Formats: sequence, structure tokens, C-alpha cells
Amino acid sequence: MTVSSRSTRFLRLPTPRNLGYSFNWAGRIGLAVMLFWAVVAIAGQWLAPYPPGEIVGWDYFGGMSREFWMGTDYLGRDILSRILMGARYTVGIALGAVTLAVAIGVVLGMIAAVLGGWFDTLLSRLLDAFNGIPSLLFGLVVVAAVGSSIPVLILTLTAIYMPGSYRFARALAVNINTMDFVTVARARGEGTAYLITREIFPNILGPVLADLGLRFVFIVLVLSGLSFLGLGVQPPNADWGALVRENIEGLSLGAPAVVFPSIAIASLTISVNMFIDNLPTRIRDRSD
Amino acid sequence: MLRSKTTWLLIGKRLGIALITLVIVSFAVFFATELLPGDVAEILLGQAATPEAVAGLRKAMGLDEPALMRFLGWLGGLLTGDLGTSYVNKMEIAELLSGRLANSLRLAGIVTVICVPVALSLGIAAAMWRGTLLDRVVSMLTISVISVPEFMVATLAVLIFAVWLDWLPALSYGVNVDSLGAMLRAYAMPVITLSFVVSAQMIRMTRAAVIETINTPYVEMALLKGASRWRMVLVHALPNALGPIANAVALSLSYLVGGVIIVETVFNYPGVAKLMVDAVSTRDLPLIQSCAMIFCVSYLSLTTLADMIAILSNPRLRH
Repeated sequence: MTVSSRSTRFLRLPTPRNLGYSFNWAGRIGLAVMLFWAVVAIAGQWLAPYPPGEIVGWDYFGGMSREFWMGTDYLGRDILSRILMGARYTVGIALGAVTLAVAIGVVLGMIAAVLGGWFDTLLSRLLDAFNGIPSLLFGLVVVAAVGSSIPVLILTLTAIYMPGSYRFARALAVNINTMDFVTVARARGEGTAYLITREIFPNILGPVLADLGLRFVFIVLVLSGLSFLGLGVQPPNADWGALVRENIEGLSLGAPAVVFPSIAIASLTISVNMFIDNLPTRIRDRSD
Repeated sequence: MLRSKTTWLLIGKRLGIALITLVIVSFAVFFATELLPGDVAEILLGQAATPEAVAGLRKAMGLDEPALMRFLGWLGGLLTGDLGTSYVNKMEIAELLSGRLANSLRLAGIVTVICVPVALSLGIAAAMWRGTLLDRVVSMLTISVISVPEFMVATLAVLIFAVWLDWLPALSYGVNVDSLGAMLRAYAMPVITLSFVVSAQMIRMTRAAVIETINTPYVEMALLKGASRWRMVLVHALPNALGPIANAVALSLSYLVGGVIIVETVFNYPGVAKLMVDAVSTRDLPLIQSCAMIFCVSYLSLTTLADMIAILSNPRLRH
């Protein structure tokens, strides 16, 4: 589609560009920022200039200085170190939740599409009903009931975003399911497991990965929202949302302690969005 | 207005689904708060309570009845307006809620009145001049607002309007309605924040709806016949895009539900959401349940309304 008629006359090397898998600059920037935060999430502990939980400065809501690059928080802890450690909570919890949600959603969605019938109807209705609960509200209710801990957060976020993933995967799989090669496989006598893993899954993988990215952003947003309300990651640990909450009093002073965690969240979500928006169409719309 | 049987059938079906969803949602809300660990009687009496006292309180509160019976009783209470009493301050929940609900609805109403015209005109304009500077700026702004958490929009608004420009107070302590000026200042921040969040969604969806109509062959035909861009969009495309646009408006208004929770907390606005967040920190379960149901019902009615508009405005069903 994108190949111009002229270039087809010459020898075409199978480079990513020629195969339609290359990223444009916006996508590359997004990817770079994502990778940066991934590295920080893993290595934050060793990168942090100060222990994140220790009071190192005597000045609360201190400004940016050579000593404390991003200022100090309401107790005089180093913000840079706390952000570097917070990456682990924000990225880790969101990544865990999104992986679980998409894995469960996609598997159930494919099974529903292949089996059809009452299983499909019942599951679709039930999960649609769960979509009728506003996401932040669901988090609030669960946290009110069982209290907040990291496993609870991951499972809650999974429960919130699994129905959407199911719906998305099912819609894609239903389209593939009617194609000739699936009919042929079925006529050969292949079982459901084979149909799902060999025929359907490879064909919906691209869009599913794009959906995973978008869902990751939603999860980061809800997680930050919960932490901001004081219901997410509990002190003394803090993800980025909790960092904003802790230091919200510094807002009227215009303290960097409020600004930088916010920038961290925004840089992560915007870069993921940028990356997904600029994915090569070959990957994103493979099923079309 | 000629509506066929199919249309009404679909509407009826959609309403039925909404009703079933509501029952499932109330079931989920009730059991999430009631059945999970932490018996209410134990929580209320604290760690020093004797087992006899806990058992007594459990009986007095009806907690020893089967869960399903309590659920049905609770559901019946909701329908007749009997919301029970708060665990924490022993007040009637209906009484606690009434004033708060009015405050929240007022906030939502003001935001709607501001957002809808602004978002619709921006969305249509962006679609009309697609690819121009205007479109790109609007798209960039909306994507940025959508991809950051609501509390960040709120903190940014405080930083700009209260700290740097010093126009408004950072927090709206209570709703002061003594004078028009004071009222405006109290509402300004929450309204600005929510408007940004909601209109960003609305602009994106409106733009997408209009572009989809512009891409149809009949609109292209109008353009090829020499209709101006204005005529093409406003006369030819817009009437057909009205359904999807109305759908988009209702859907984006459902984002108010999530946004309002954050905004009321940040600005200390005395609405239902603030009440609920406070109830969560004191584990006041009946209050949480009632607040959650209010939010779920408003969210569900908006999404159902969006779907019904989509069905009613689909001319293909008019046979």
C-alpha cells in the first residue's frame, strides 16, 4: 500500500524500512523515554544519590540545588532519589497488572470467539456489566474493603482492565474466526487449543500489543489517582502519585517536590501514547 | 418521526441490559464491601472487644443473617430511599447525602454548560481544517490532557492561576455563596480543571465522528460538485454526524464521574465524592455503598443514554 511503484523496480533489501516496520521520530522518542524509565525501574536503587527514605536536608520543600537536583520534600528527603525509587512501584505495579489483565482478557476473548454459543454470551454480558463500574470508583470500593497492599493493587487494577481487554480481543478474534484458513483448520479436525494458539493468536498479536500499551497508560493513571487519594502504595514507600500527595502542601510555594513527580508521570504516559500512536501500521493493523 | 419496531426493540433491549448491569453492579458493590475480610462488628468495636460483644453487635446489626437476605434488604432499601445509617456518626445517610449531591450536581452542571459548546465547536473546527496548524495544536493539547492524571491537571491549574498569577484561591474552602464574586472564585478552580478533562475527551470524539462522516463518498461528492468547505461540513456532513456527536457528548460526560472524585478531593469541594473518599478512610461501609451506587447509576445512565442516542439517530434502522 505504501510502496511507491518506482521503488519496486529496484532490488528491495529486507530492511525494517522496506518491510514497513520502521519507526518515525515521534515513535523513537517515545520508545527512548519508555526504555529510560524501564532501566530506572530496575536500577533505580543504585542510581539514587541518597537513600530514598532518609532525611538528608534540613530544609523542607527545598528548591533545586547542586546538592539536591530536584529539591527536597516535606520532610527534607531527596526528591530525585524518591522519584527514581518510585519508578519501581509505578512501572512495576502497572506492568504486572497490565500483563495479567491482557493475558486473561485475550485468552478468554479468543476462547469465547472460537466456542461461541452460551459461553460467549454469558461471559460477554457479565464482563460488560463490570465495564459499567467507573474504574477509580472500583478501586476505591475494593481498597475500602480489603485495605491497600501491592498484591491487592495489582489484582484490583487487573480486574478493572480485564473486561476491556476481553472485549477488544474477542472482537478481533471473531473476525479472524470467520476466515478461510480457520475453517480449513477446523475441517481438519483441529481442537480449540490449536485454533487459538496457532491460527488466531498470531493474527491478532499486533493490535493486542498496541492495546496493551494503551491499557498500561490507563492503569498508570488510575494507580496514580488511587495513590494520590492516599489509597495506593502506602508510606514510607511511595509511587509517583503518592509523591504528589505527600508534597501537595508545597504547591502554594511552587515547590519542585510537587512538580517533578508530576512530570515523571506525564513523561511516562505521554511517551507510551506517542510510541503506540506511531507504531508502524504493519504492526498495529495487522488484522485489517 | 418514523421509528420502526426494530428501533424500539433495540432501545428496549438496551434498557434491559442496563437494568441487568445495574443489578450485577449493585451485587458487586455490596459483596465487595460486605464479604471481604474485616467483619464490620469487629472493626467497630476495636481490638479490645470481647467475643460476646462482637456477637451481640453482629446480631443487633443483622449481620448474622444470610448474605443474600442482607443484599436483598439493602437493595429494597435503596429503591425505597432508605439508605441506612452511617457507622461513624450514626446519621441518616440520605440526610448526609442530600446536600452533598446537590453540590456535586451543581458542579457537574456548570462544567457541562461550559464544556459542550466549547468542545463541539473546537472538535468540528479541528475536523473541518484537518491537518492544519489549528488541528495539530488542538490534537496535541487534547492528547496531553488525556494522557496525564486528573490530579495533575488540577495541580497545574493551581500552580498557574493561584501561585503564579495569583488570581484565585488555591482551595475552595466550603462553598461560599455570599456574593457573586465569592461564588465565582470558589467554583473557578474545580470547574476549570474538570472542564479541561471532560472537553479533551469530547473534542477528540467529536473530531473523530465528524471526520468519519467527511470520509464518506457522498460528502466527497458534495466537494467534487464544488461545495465550499463550510457548506460541505456544516450542510452535508454535520446532520449525519449529529448522532455520533451526541453519543460522544454523553460518553465524555461519563468521565465526569472519575474526574469529580479527584477534583473534589484536591479542592476540598463538599460533594459526594469528597464524602466517599472520607468514608473510605474511616471504613464507613454503608456510606461507601450508597456513594458508590450514586456514581455507578450516573455513569450507567450516561453510557446507556449514549447508546440510545446512537440507536435512535441511526437512519439505517428506520424501516
